[in-house]
Amino acid sequence: MPANTTYLAHHFESLEKQTYAARLGMWLFLATEVLLFTALFAGYGVYRYLYPEAFREASRGLETWIGFVNTLVLVTSSFTVAMGLERATRGDGRGTRLLFGASILLAVLFLGLKAVEYTHHFHAGELPGRFYTSDAVQGPGGPIFFALYFLITGLHAIHVVIGMTVLAVIGWRAGRGAYAAEYHVPVELGALYWHLVDLIWIFVFPLIYLI
Amino acid sequence: MNPSLARSEVPVWNPRNYLNSPETGLKSWLLTQDHKRIGVMFLVATTIAFALGGVFALLIRIELLTPGPTIMSAQTYNRMFTLHGVVMIFLFMIPAIPSGFGNFLVPLMIGAKDVAFPKLNLLSFYVYVAGALIALFGMIQGGADTGWTFYTPYSTTTITKVVPVLLGAFILGFSSILTGLNFIVTTHTMRAPGLHWTRLPLFVWSIYATSVIQILATPVLGMSLLLVAVEHAFGWGIFDPARGGDPVLFQHFFWFYSHPAVYIMVLPAMAVISEVVCAFSRKNIFGYKAVAYSSLGIAFVGFFTWGHHMFVSGQSAFNGGVFGVLSMFVGIFTAIKVFNWTATLYRGSILFATPFAYFVGFLFFLVFGGMTGIALATVSLDVHWHDTYFIVAHFHFIMVGATLMAFLAALHYWFPKIAGKRLPEGWGLVAAVMIILGFNFTFIPQFLLGNEGMPRRYFSYPEKFWPLNVASTAGASVLALGLVIVLVYTLVALKWGPIAGSNPWNSRGFEWDTPSPPPPENYETTPVYTHGPHQYDLPGVETPPAATPEPKHAS
Amino acid sequence: MNELLRRMLFLPDQASDYARQVDGLHYFIIITTMIAAAGVFATAIFFFVRYRRRADTDLTPHVEPRTIHEVVFVGLPLALFLVWFAIGFPQYAKLSLPPKDAMDVYVQGKKWMWKFAYPGGPNAIDTLRVPVGRPVRLLITSRDVIHSFYVPALRVKMDALPGRYTQSWFKAEKPGRYEIFCAEYCGLGHSAMLGELVVMPQEEFDTWIAEQRRGANAVAQDAAPSGERAMPAANVAEEGRRIASEQGCLKCHSVDGTRHIGPTWVDLYLRQEKLKDGKTVVADEGYLTKSMMDPAADIVAGYQNVMPTYQGKLSPPEVAAVVEYIKTLKTQAVRSGPSEGPVYESIPRPQ
Repeated sequence: MPANTTYLAHHFESLEKQTYAARLGMWLFLATEVLLFTALFAGYGVYRYLYPEAFREASRGLETWIGFVNTLVLVTSSFTVAMGLERATRGDGRGTRLLFGASILLAVLFLGLKAVEYTHHFHAGELPGRFYTSDAVQGPGGPIFFALYFLITGLHAIHVVIGMTVLAVIGWRAGRGAYAAEYHVPVELGALYWHLVDLIWIFVFPLIYLI
Repeated sequence: MNPSLARSEVPVWNPRNYLNSPETGLKSWLLTQDHKRIGVMFLVATTIAFALGGVFALLIRIELLTPGPTIMSAQTYNRMFTLHGVVMIFLFMIPAIPSGFGNFLVPLMIGAKDVAFPKLNLLSFYVYVAGALIALFGMIQGGADTGWTFYTPYSTTTITKVVPVLLGAFILGFSSILTGLNFIVTTHTMRAPGLHWTRLPLFVWSIYATSVIQILATPVLGMSLLLVAVEHAFGWGIFDPARGGDPVLFQHFFWFYSHPAVYIMVLPAMAVISEVVCAFSRKNIFGYKAVAYSSLGIAFVGFFTWGHHMFVSGQSAFNGGVFGVLSMFVGIFTAIKVFNWTATLYRGSILFATPFAYFVGFLFFLVFGGMTGIALATVSLDVHWHDTYFIVAHFHFIMVGATLMAFLAALHYWFPKIAGKRLPEGWGLVAAVMIILGFNFTFIPQFLLGNEGMPRRYFSYPEKFWPLNVASTAGASVLALGLVIVLVYTLVALKWGPIAGSNPWNSRGFEWDTPSPPPPENYETTPVYTHGPHQYDLPGVETPPAATPEPKHAS
Repeated sequence: MNELLRRMLFLPDQASDYARQVDGLHYFIIITTMIAAAGVFATAIFFFVRYRRRADTDLTPHVEPRTIHEVVFVGLPLALFLVWFAIGFPQYAKLSLPPKDAMDVYVQGKKWMWKFAYPGGPNAIDTLRVPVGRPVRLLITSRDVIHSFYVPALRVKMDALPGRYTQSWFKAEKPGRYEIFCAEYCGLGHSAMLGELVVMPQEEFDTWIAEQRRGANAVAQDAAPSGERAMPAANVAEEGRRIASEQGCLKCHSVDGTRHIGPTWVDLYLRQEKLKDGKTVVADEGYLTKSMMDPAADIVAGYQNVMPTYQGKLSPPEVAAVVEYIKTLKTQAVRSGPSEGPVYESIPRPQ
């Protein structure tokens, strides 16, 4: 079993156990990521309850089409990542690299659109807390909405950047043949992370733009 | 199979152990991936933090020796108690037992060669160091004066350097998450053949429960600390009432983590005690399942009790009642453990050595700390006691009393395992008596101060509180002296202590199945377990001789 | 019995029935705890002696609990805890439901003082006067950070939250003076944020409140724009106020009691000020004038020497006007002595 000797760490008995450990660790890590955002979502829920009118109005002022396009972009990128993983299970490292590259390009598109949106907010003075100068929403609800908006989308954007880095490193290594059909756990974990980033956006989009 | 054989031998130092192989240089320590070395580095780092926090504590007690200003200004005092809290909680108590002793022992106890992710383990240590350095930088820059609870809007408006301290705590949280993640995966995947969940040492059970809390609660704390930092730095208004924010929301976020965090500190203490009580009474634990599952019970219920920190924050009476009842369940789970530990002594063979002395102290502090906790959960009494010295005394009894006792019990019980040397038994008992008595003299007056109505975090106080404050400070000095004695003889024993041999306590905990100090790979051949730890009814399963680690459980 | 246990436990006076009830629960809990703990420790000590180690490798029997053991271990404490809760929770619930006939007092926490306002205008700083035997509802809020209103003798505490009102109530049964503490950490002056609860007979209270109402009306008349009925002294004081704001005095000295860059002017007149060099002066007209002309001479302890001199900037009549203005700045509370804050004079104020 050449694969075992190449990929097995000294303290594991078998490659199956090692793979199981890696997957379990990744899922636990994803759970902590979800909880990180949950705190923000909970805060959003509380303030939406306190300022329902202002939040509805501020939310209506957002560019829903950008959010919608971004959702499509991210879902597509998740699809290409999944295809990349599928290539990896067949031992096609170059295919993985190509598809992961496509995902990264889509992520860049996502960030670009996000930047366009942020620019809009800057010009409209829709900024958090004491920087809020817009008169679109009366009362304290508006500044708080934008504080949470920038925190949630900003944190998500940071995760997108991290995810891009992960995909880039793994895709590059896959292209150089670092993994094989019988051992592609890193590819799988990288893909999992990207799906999580995507999934969080699936929650962010309706929460902030739609309802 | 003659048990007297292993005993009558002159204690032998295991010649090839993790301390000297594969290398001994500084670099080999700093870049090690060996869980034992990482555990030892954590122990050293947390002990330094403990000493630092202890110095802050003593300065606070000296300041409170007289009703007015004694040795410092109010500003310094406020920074001092904040730093005392931050250092003791984030730098000592949360990592000390899980990351220190847990790292060292969990793989040994489950017959594994290492934890599941050795690199992450090392990363966790450096994240800890980084967080500690950033927090220290904040302290040197002037330190925060918010109290370790960082309540808004005070924390968002104070002029002190609260941001580095917050960031330090935020980063320390990541270290905690990484360690917890590692232990959960290790417990799931690395157990040796035959080690079913029902045979798992209770230490591992408790550490497992601790890790679950670390994983689930720390991200929320991280987020809320980050929000405070953002608010303090940029004024985004999330918790600022002047901008429509809700300052009490922070308390909810904060205690959602920090209440379970109390169990991050106490569950490992219970882990240690479950081992010590078995080893020193030579008995199997009474009610294995009850003790194991009550750890999980505490971890679970601990997530639904955070509101009991806010009985006087204007929440509804209904909420107060729900949180009060739920808090009592934590008391039930703790009571189960206390009764089972006591019952373990029944028909045992009790050796009153230093670790056992600390077990007795632990029991005392846990019973009274726990009962005062239940008294607080009756809600109406909490209204009087909230934010007074009663609370201070209560949580010191639980978090310091119990956790510190367990830490010292662990140090004395496992020192032969970790260093291969023995600690002086006579000095050990003297120090234990001083620490336990000193601790009582420090905090029993504080319970009474709380009854009398002295609020916590008071720089100066009316004169009627004077006598009890003097008593408390006097007790603290005895406590401090006892701790210094422990530190001194531990350092002496490291170099000049007598060789302990593989199993000086004749314990049947699994970690003693390998020589002391353990070889780098823990077990040459993976052990196979046929029964649980601490089975003292079977003749002749004492530990193997030092040089040839032949696992006796091997089938 | 009540008195003995109260003293043994260092509990403060019981100024209300509620306090007595809470203490009853307290005693019950202490006694049951002690009995339970004594049981556990007696058992443990018995085991230590009976089962002490005889040989290093003693073998011991394998003891497993039966279900009944664990049921007892859970059931016994649970029953006890629930009894405690059943007593304690109704008390807590009662505290959140003020009676309908309660008198309202608005409580405002502020760094680092308590302000009490009664319906109809009268208000007081740091001294809360209430009639004996009458329920009082407190409507509590804060101007800056979180404070917590705490009267140990009543066993009542409630947080003062900025931007929100919380409420609590009590019915003091025993006339007397009781301490008010701030229980939630609020910064430098946290431990100096003391107040006093004065429980007085109804008639005395009525007289006092009537006096306060009159005083408030008089102040309102002084401030009336017509100015016809205004006393000459008030004119001078008004002139002083104008000068003080023009000259920027009020940038550093507050007129509402807050601690700022300089000492507050509220109750400054005839106050005993502790100086940096340890001496004490009475802030009379002489001291106030001297401080304007030569600020660096007598710095009050805890403040920096940052005030510029007003020698030559203010004419003597102007100086007198400012002093007159300071003299008018008195808190509404009737105070016996010229102390700055609460009446516990033994307490040194923070630096």
